[in-house]
Amino acid sequence: MTLLEFARGPALTVSLAVLIAGTLWRLGRLAGRPAPRDLSEPRGSAAAGALRGIAHRFWPHPRFGAKIGFSTAIGYIYHLGLAVIVFTFLPHIQFIQKLTGLHWPALPDPVTYFAGALTTAALIIVLIQRHGDPVKRMLSRFDDYFSWLVTFLPVITGMALIGIEPDSVSPAIAVHLLSVELLLIWFPFGKLMHAITAFWSRGITGAKYARRGALP
Amino acid sequence: MSAIQRLVERAGEERVAAAMQAFARDFTREAAVHMDACVHCGHCSHACHFYVSTRDPKYTPINKIEPFVRAYRRSAAPWAPLARLFGLEKPVTLTELERWQELIYDACTMCGRCTLVCPMGIDIAALIARARHGMFAAGLVPADLGAVAERAEREMSPLGATPKVLAERIEWLTDEHGIKVPLDAPRADVLITLSSIEIMKYPQSLVALARVLEHVGESWTISTRGYEATNFGMLSGNREWQRDMSERVIDAAIACGVKTVVVPECGHAYGALRWEGANVHGAPLPFKVLHISEYLAALIESGKLRLKPLAKSLTFHDPCQVSRRGGAAAAPRRVLAALGVELRELADHADAGWCCGGGGGVVAIKHADDLRHGAFRIKMREIDATGAEIAATSCANCRQSFDDGQAYFKWDTRMQSLLELVAQNLQERAPAPLAR
Repeated sequence: MTLLEFARGPALTVSLAVLIAGTLWRLGRLAGRPAPRDLSEPRGSAAAGALRGIAHRFWPHPRFGAKIGFSTAIGYIYHLGLAVIVFTFLPHIQFIQKLTGLHWPALPDPVTYFAGALTTAALIIVLIQRHGDPVKRMLSRFDDYFSWLVTFLPVITGMALIGIEPDSVSPAIAVHLLSVELLLIWFPFGKLMHAITAFWSRGITGAKYARRGALP
Repeated sequence: MSAIQRLVERAGEERVAAAMQAFARDFTREAAVHMDACVHCGHCSHACHFYVSTRDPKYTPINKIEPFVRAYRRSAAPWAPLARLFGLEKPVTLTELERWQELIYDACTMCGRCTLVCPMGIDIAALIARARHGMFAAGLVPADLGAVAERAEREMSPLGATPKVLAERIEWLTDEHGIKVPLDAPRADVLITLSSIEIMKYPQSLVALARVLEHVGESWTISTRGYEATNFGMLSGNREWQRDMSERVIDAAIACGVKTVVVPECGHAYGALRWEGANVHGAPLPFKVLHISEYLAALIESGKLRLKPLAKSLTFHDPCQVSRRGGAAAAPRRVLAALGVELRELADHADAGWCCGGGGGVVAIKHADDLRHGAFRIKMREIDATGAEIAATSCANCRQSFDDGQAYFKWDTRMQSLLELVAQNLQERAPAPLAR
């Protein structure tokens, strides 16, 4: 079995299994924690507040724009950049189609390459900030750095594939696939899970504050 | 020996075990999801008056609950079994808990400003309140805050305003100011609760209250069974004392058959009864709970309370637990509009207002004074920048912080009470028409 066959076969199967089982386990365990009912007389709708809370936090509170604007902008660049790379690059769409049967039109390759370059730069800035900012440095744990690494590796190994045919048997493709599989395996264990829990967390606070008639 | 001394004098392992047991009770779904979602972005630091005034990273809000988070990761998080098996999360030690006492008590007023800026919406103030339960169980509540809480549990008041003292104060104020205070009326529509800070330090508030209530012709009472609205049980982290303190008021309200309980000018008292009261009682409350500013606004809107215009400029300090965390930021502004003042809002106001630095019981912790004074500068600068003639608030605890800050910095602004401003500007009733 070649490295590419391994990456396309058992490694992919195992990583997807860990991703799905691990994510379900983590979400199930969180959902299973006790959730005492709030008996206070509500002033507003919790459900509407949850949705408002989720939506509101996509944008920084106006009083903090100057302090966190740059960091938020960098965050948006790499989050959107990753989305463009994963969901609009033709080889990725074909890969997803093989797995799920779903497909959609791709963007021209140069758009993805540009997104890749921006994402790479933004991720490097994020790392510099994490290490350079005294608050972020103090808060950082292994998870923060390792999650950064498993996000960065697929981007950089993907960028290295520019010019290589997706159907070729280049070991570089295997390395890229393995880096993606590492990300999938790590997802349920580390902070990457905020891709899901962010909405849950915002929703809880939005609902709580809306019951009180406070801003989310 | 005091209850807190008994907690302190146990063996170290026993104290840590007590903290962990108390923490475990607080790993609810809300707390778990919030701790799980944190991405360590550090944005919360920019919202915290203690970080902003010191620039010390340790005051980053999410860092203040680190022992609580670690206990969660080791005992209740989804991957806790792996964390224990591979030694990924070390047990929390007594030394660490002792080190974090400053961060959990002295350096957090539970104002909730950090939640505003958190991209995940983590309610860090609520996590601090939970973490305090474990700290109290380990005997790690600061001695002066613990003493105040214990006194409140024992004497019904944190400042010695026992039922006897209250009755004497009322008698004195009645004689001195010619007001009527119906103490322990068997039935009434409204139960008025007080803050001991008002009873002992700002008695003029009680006079103001009586004048307003007489003006509107309300059926009201103060009950010696439950008059104290402050809840130092909650602030210190003692869940049982919190329940006892809330239940006194709830029992008194039920006994009088009131429709409404009015919480005085006190921020945390509002949160304790309006948002936590039913939960500690275990059932919805059979009466409405209104902060005094909400009550005044309702009286104005019903046309019962008529005010003379106060032709001055005024800036308003929002008590965090009433405005940002209580959802009642609009009420005092409706009262101020009725007073006809020129409202000069602070640069950060309503949901975004800075804490005065004395909330969350911090004003009762002597060794936190330097830290608190540093944070107070932010507020002082903002108030000065408005150039308003009057500064007012609707929280006696905030007023106390302002008085202390005023004295410490020799500042020329004195924080006033919204209620007292209202009472000073009651419109005289038109004389009744003469009978033919």
